[in-house]
Amino acid sequence: MSIKKISKIQPESFELSKDNLLEAENEIKKYPNDRKASAILALLFLVQKQNDNWLPLAAIKYVAKFLGVPYIQVYEVSTFYSMFNLSPVGKYFVQVCTTTPCMMKGSKKILDICKKYISKNPHELSENKLCSWTEVECLGACVNAPMMQINQDYFEDLDENSTEEIIQTLLEDKLPKPGSAKNRKNTAPEKGKTTLLEVKNA
Amino acid sequence: MINTYWRKTVPKIIINNKEVEFEEGMTVLQACELAGAEIPRFCYHERLSIAGNCRMCLVEMENSPKPIASCAMPATNGMKIKTNTLFVDKARKGVMEFLLANHPLDCPVCDQGGECDLQDQSLLYGFDHSRYTENKRQVNEKYMGPLIKTEMTRCIHCTRCIRFATEVAGIPELGAIGRGEDMEITTYLEKSMESELSANVIDLCPVGALTSKPYAFESRPWDLKKTETIDVMDAVGSNIRVDTYGWEVKRVLPRVNEDINEEWISDKTRYACDGLLKQRLDTPYIRENGRLRKSSWDQALKLLIIKLKSFNPNEIAGLVGDLADLEMIYSFKSFFEKCIGSTNLECRQDRIYINPQERMNYIFNSTISGIEDSDFILLVGTNPRLEATILNARIRKAYIKNKLKIYSIGDVGDLTYPYQNIGSNTSIIKEIVSGSHEISNKIKKAKKPMIIIGDSALYGKSGKYVFETLKNFLSDNNFIKKNWNALNILTQQASRVGAIDFGVYSVNETENFSFFNKVDNDDFKLIYLLGADNINFDKKNKFIVYQGSHGDKGAEIADIILPGAAYTEKNGLFVNLEGKLQSAYKASYPPGDAREDWIIFKDLANMMKKPLGFNNIKHLRESINKQIQSKIKNGVKKNIEVDFIEENISVKPIDYYYTNSIARSSKVMSECRQISKRFLFTGIEKAS
Repeated sequence: MSIKKISKIQPESFELSKDNLLEAENEIKKYPNDRKASAILALLFLVQKQNDNWLPLAAIKYVAKFLGVPYIQVYEVSTFYSMFNLSPVGKYFVQVCTTTPCMMKGSKKILDICKKYISKNPHELSENKLCSWTEVECLGACVNAPMMQINQDYFEDLDENSTEEIIQTLLEDKLPKPGSAKNRKNTAPEKGKTTLLEVKNA
Repeated sequence: MINTYWRKTVPKIIINNKEVEFEEGMTVLQACELAGAEIPRFCYHERLSIAGNCRMCLVEMENSPKPIASCAMPATNGMKIKTNTLFVDKARKGVMEFLLANHPLDCPVCDQGGECDLQDQSLLYGFDHSRYTENKRQVNEKYMGPLIKTEMTRCIHCTRCIRFATEVAGIPELGAIGRGEDMEITTYLEKSMESELSANVIDLCPVGALTSKPYAFESRPWDLKKTETIDVMDAVGSNIRVDTYGWEVKRVLPRVNEDINEEWISDKTRYACDGLLKQRLDTPYIRENGRLRKSSWDQALKLLIIKLKSFNPNEIAGLVGDLADLEMIYSFKSFFEKCIGSTNLECRQDRIYINPQERMNYIFNSTISGIEDSDFILLVGTNPRLEATILNARIRKAYIKNKLKIYSIGDVGDLTYPYQNIGSNTSIIKEIVSGSHEISNKIKKAKKPMIIIGDSALYGKSGKYVFETLKNFLSDNNFIKKNWNALNILTQQASRVGAIDFGVYSVNETENFSFFNKVDNDDFKLIYLLGADNINFDKKNKFIVYQGSHGDKGAEIADIILPGAAYTEKNGLFVNLEGKLQSAYKASYPPGDAREDWIIFKDLANMMKKPLGFNNIKHLRESINKQIQSKIKNGVKKNIEVDFIEENISVKPIDYYYTNSIARSSKVMSECRQISKRFLFTGIEKAS
């Protein structure tokens, strides 16, 4: 991980849409008046949702003014969290977890597939400008390792074949079915239940 | 019973088996200092909030398996702390090894070398070799403006600079982006720092990450001669240390004075010093056929005496400039009185109203440190951020501490703390005094209110009304007392209070500006400018004598130029805006043939065979002391009622980086000025 690069192409202005503005105001209401800055993460998340999954500089200024905090403070937050992107990402943004459990279960192979089908380097758009990928730290789904996150959804229990299939679907501008690739129920054992056999809904 | 007993006793802490009493609220580090145990630190600073991120101040606490960061741990009664055990030493050595893992080994080419906290402390806790075999971290330089040079690879992320900009300077423009190993300190998108206190981050930086740009690679700290003296860029009288190499003033650093500047100085104080090397007058000049010609002292003084004798004493006038010390002012005045017989003297180049009858009428009575006790501040026609930067920092400190209410008459823009603008007309003062304005009651209810009157309010027709009315209002409400005086005049010139103390003004009962009326009427045939460069009158046929250090506006129109010494080149006394007498010391010497100013007057008087009564600095200082003492004691109390004059109080824009001849000659100040103007031109919005 290194400091995120700011995109050279920047929109001139940014404004929250009507619905998001309402939501932003609701977020701010959760905090006391002089602690408005607490809503910074929620607002950046809203902005990112509205702006194709990335934060332009105009949006950073917009959020700063909205909350009455210095620009640098919003900039600090947006560079600190890996979930915020400061340059455009593809319509389908693939985040591959490479922390220890996933790595041991073969996340390197998944990365190789991303490199082969999407783009050579992380944060680069695929040829049809639909996809981009990056490496991230633990996404908290270690039981279902290896896994990746595409936009808001988790894709778990991957292997080479299933990953290839998912990425091919993405490149055709379709969203594949999220969840376990091995049709496993949540984090249940891979080979079916081993305990609590008598309880139906366990 | 037991509870009250414990509350009354002073808490005690045991440090290295020694029992020390400490105040409630102290940290372990502070308590250790009381006990005389020195704790190494990088991120901790007495005047900033506690961060606790460098971990250098680790100490051993009884019953704690791990060492504790003493800077962030509150001291409690009965705590047992050890600072000199092997355990502590090992912990600190470990921290130091981590800090040095990514710190470059460039001390030989680093400007901080010799005054670097990391260098000093690695002498005690440094490991003799590195066990870190991976590549060192490299961070790109960041642009922070014309004053601060950055070498961010050296940064150890103590965040002192960020805390300073946010807390003391009040312009949160520095921040840490990224995280972990990739954390970097920067301004928002690398724009120049805006604060007038920005260069203090250079002193705060414990390593060489932030160093001085104008001073880059100029000298080594151990090669410099250090002189502790007083600053003259504004009337605050900040305590400074001037570092010289031979004749050249290499840099100016702050000196701690809790009553005045704490340990900060403004950028102008720090960086106008390169103006001392440029545009200097090093030999006398005489104007012949419209052109200035170099001459000798003898020639110039003889010509001056002939000219002085050729005019009627009433036609001769003297104007004292902004940077004059008391020696200059006193000898100038004695010279005018004894040798010329003229009383046409003035120090107010900016034509503001004064009432010199009492000393409290022209000084900052609440004192700078008193601001912290105040609970209400009303600014009248003043922009303290530009007029007295250090004083403004104190108001901000008071605001943060007490959240006091601040009001302003006159719109002054961003002052780094919130205030309420209540209009910009003298009619508001009328309302306040009559009690019909809401502020009126707030002042009356306040325990220690302050009214700070600036030059812009005293300027113009209504100046007299503003001052006298507010003074009467305060004394009527019993706010002018021995222990608290709410009347404050914010002067901008280092020489002003001293000059008024010595009676360098032409004020009579009915007319406050008789001097300038005479100038405008062309009553004067010869004007003697003593370092006065902020002049605004037409020369016409007047014969102008300029005595001063820099070839600026005064020298431009002069017929005789006598080269004098700048503030770093002579021993001199200055009275700051609080009326505090401070002594400046000689750090360097005047260039070429230039002389100390009081010697010029002494020589002139001797040549005119009318000696001034002092031959050396000791005699001069004695007479100065007598004069000042009598001024402090003998004030005349008199209430003056003035009729209401309706006028707008518009705070005059200040060309902050160009206020005096030294700053105008400084290249660094011009750069700063251009950058601050560019902000205005391109309309980049304020960061907060």
